[in-house]
Amino acid sequence: MSRRDFLKTGLMVGAGLGLSSILGKDILSSAGIITPKRWVFLVDTFKCVGCGLCVRACKLENEIPYDVPVTRTWVERYVVKKDGTVLADSPYGGRDGYLINNPQGIVVPQEDIAKAFFVPKLCNQCTNPPCVQVCPVGATYQTNDGVVLVDRKWCIGCGYCIMACPYGVRFFHPVHKVAEKCNFCYHRITKGMKPACEDACPFGARHIGDINDPAHPVADIIKTQRVSVLKDEFGTKPSVYYLGYDSLIR
Amino acid sequence: MEVHGELWTLKELFVYPNEYIYWALQIVMYPLMTGLVAGAFVLSSLYHVFDRKELKEMSRFSLIFSYALLLAAPMPLLFHLLQPLRGFYVFLTPHFTSAIAAFGVVFFSYAGLVASEIWFVERRFFVQSAQRLRNASGIANKVKGFIYRAWSLGAYDISEEALRKDGKVIRVLAGIGVPVACFLHGYAGFIFGSVKANALWMTPLMPVIFIMSAIVSGIALCMLTYIIVLEINRLKSKRMKKLLPLEESGGVEMDIIKMTSKYLVFFMVIAVTLEFLDLVFRGYTAVKHWDILRTVIYERDFFNIFILQYGIGNLIPLVMLIMPGLTKRRAIIALILILIGVFMMRWNVVVGGQSFSLTLSGYMHYKIPIIPQNFETYKEGIIGALTIISLPFIFLWILSKVIPLTKEE
Ligand code: SF4
Ligand code: SF4
Repeated sequence: MSRRDFLKTGLMVGAGLGLSSILGKDILSSAGIITPKRWVFLVDTFKCVGCGLCVRACKLENEIPYDVPVTRTWVERYVVKKDGTVLADSPYGGRDGYLINNPQGIVVPQEDIAKAFFVPKLCNQCTNPPCVQVCPVGATYQTNDGVVLVDRKWCIGCGYCIMACPYGVRFFHPVHKVAEKCNFCYHRITKGMKPACEDACPFGARHIGDINDPAHPVADIIKTQRVSVLKDEFGTKPSVYYLGYDSLIR
Repeated sequence: MEVHGELWTLKELFVYPNEYIYWALQIVMYPLMTGLVAGAFVLSSLYHVFDRKELKEMSRFSLIFSYALLLAAPMPLLFHLLQPLRGFYVFLTPHFTSAIAAFGVVFFSYAGLVASEIWFVERRFFVQSAQRLRNASGIANKVKGFIYRAWSLGAYDISEEALRKDGKVIRVLAGIGVPVACFLHGYAGFIFGSVKANALWMTPLMPVIFIMSAIVSGIALCMLTYIIVLEINRLKSKRMKKLLPLEESGGVEMDIIKMTSKYLVFFMVIAVTLEFLDLVFRGYTAVKHWDILRTVIYERDFFNIFILQYGIGNLIPLVMLIMPGLTKRRAIIALILILIGVFMMRWNVVVGGQSFSLTLSGYMHYKIPIIPQNFETYKEGIIGALTIISLPFIFLWILSKVIPLTKEE
C-alpha cells in the first residue's frame, strides 16, 4: 500500500467512524440500519419446581458469599390453604431448595392445600428505574440495551437505591460494601452466553431474550402470549415477564 | 460475615430475602439535625424580618447556634455511608434527579448565607474587639486580636450610618435565609416523600410536615440552650466576683422565653394538624397498602407514635406551655419533651417506614444497637447518635470563645 492509499483509507475509515458516532445509534436504528438490543427475561412459573439451583449458580457466578442470606436472585414459595390463608417464604432465597413442606415453618397437611407454586425473582431491569433516578452520584445507571448496572468504584453506599426499588432486589454487597443486584449476568449475555441461572435451571423456567429480535423465541412468547409483570402500579415498566402470574404474588 | 443491616433487623412472616433495615439511626439523626438548623435560623429571622423586637436577644443566639448545628448536619450522612471516604463524589458528579444530590448545593449556599449574616450582625463587635486588642500583650490576646482583625475583613467603619446599612443587609439576608432554610429541610422531607416504593413515606405532605416539625425542634432547642447558657453565665459570675447583682429568676429573660414559646406553640399546632391530616387521609382512602400500615400505626408502633410522639412529645408540653404563669423549670421540662417528640417523629418516619416489608405481608423490627460490637454497630447505634448530638454543642463552645453568645454590653 502506498503512502497515498494509506492516508486515503485512513481518512475514509475515520470519516466513517466519525459519521456513525455523530449520527449515533439512535439515528442508525431508526433508519433501520441497526436494531439496538433490548434485553428481557421470561420466567415460566409453571415450570419452576423450587430446586434452588439457579440461586446457587448465581451466587457462585457473581461471587456473593454463600452463607450470607442476601442473593441477586431468589425463589419464593407460595402455599395457599383451602381456607384462603397464604403462606409464603423464601429462606436464604430458596438457595437449598424446598425439600420439606413447611412454609413459614408451618407444616401444612397435603389435603389442606388448595394450590402451591414457586416464583423465581430477579432484578426487573426497569425501563423507568427508580433506583437510577435516586442515586445521588450516578453510580447506578442504565445501559442502552436496557440493563441497570452499579459502578462499584463510584457507589458511596448511601442505600437510597435500595430504598427506592419496589421489588426489594437490592442489598449491600457484604465484601465490597456497595449496592449490589442482579444484572442479567451482563458480563455473559454481552458475550453471547446465557445468564448463569438460566444455564443452571434444569426445567427451563428462566430465559433471557432480546425483545427487538423478532426471531427470538422469548420475544415471540412475550408478544403473543398472556404475560404479566410485577407491581405494575409503580410505573417502573419491568423487563422481566411472568407466565403463570397469580395475584397473590408479592 | 454479615450483610449491612443483618445485625439489627428481626424479620417476621414473609419478607424478601434482601430486605433489611438499611436506613437506621443515623438517618433518623440526619433530618433531626437539618431540622434543628432550619428551625434555629427561622427563629433568628423572626426578629430581623418581621421586626419582632422581643426576640432580639434570642435572635443573635439562635443565629450562632444555627451555624454550629449546620457544621454538624452533614455528619450523620457521613456516618451512615458505607463508603464515607467517597462522600465528596456527591460534589464531583451530582446526579440531580436524586434528592440527595442537591445536598451539596443547598448546604454550601446555606452555610455561606448564615456565615455572612453572622458577619454583618457581629461586625461591630469584631471591629471593637480588634481595636481593643490591637496593642494587647500575651499570646492568647494576640491570636484573638489577629482573628478579629482578619474577620473584620478590613471594614472598620462602624459609624451609625454604616451600621444602619448593615442592618438593611441583615434584613435581606435573613429574608432570603428563611426560604433557603425551609428548602434545606423541605428537601430532606422530599428524600423520603418521593420514595414511591415506601407506602408510609410517599406523600406530598412529607416536606411540609418536616419543615413544620423542624421549626418546632429548632425553636425548642434554641430556647433550651439559651436558658442553659444564661444559667451557666450566672453561676460563673456568681462564683467569680459577685460583682453583677444577681438577676431575679423570672426577670427579663423570662419574658423572652414566654414570647418565644408562643411561636413554638403556634408551629406545633400546625405540625400536628398536618400529621393528622396525613393519617386521616390514608385511613379514608385506604388503598392497597393501608392494611399493613394500619397494623403498624395502630398496633405495632402504637406506643412510639401515640404515646411517645403525640402524647409525651406534643400534648403534654403543649398544655405545659399554654398554662398561665410559665416558670423556667416548667419551660425546661416542656422543651425537653418537645425535643423527644420531634426525635420520635423522625424515628417513626424512618424506622416505621421500614418496619413492614415490601411484600406487604411481613414485618421487620429494628433492634437498636446499644453496646457496639464493631464499627458498624457503633455508627448506627446509640453511641454513634450521642456522638452526633454532642457535635453542635462542641462547635457552639468553640464559637463562644470568639463570639459572645449572650449580650454583655
Ligand atoms: S427492579 Fe429494582 S433494582 Fe432492578 S431496575 Fe427496577 S428498581 Fe432498579
Ligand atoms: S448506594 Fe450506591 S448505587 Fe445506590 S444510590 Fe447510593 S451511591 Fe447510588
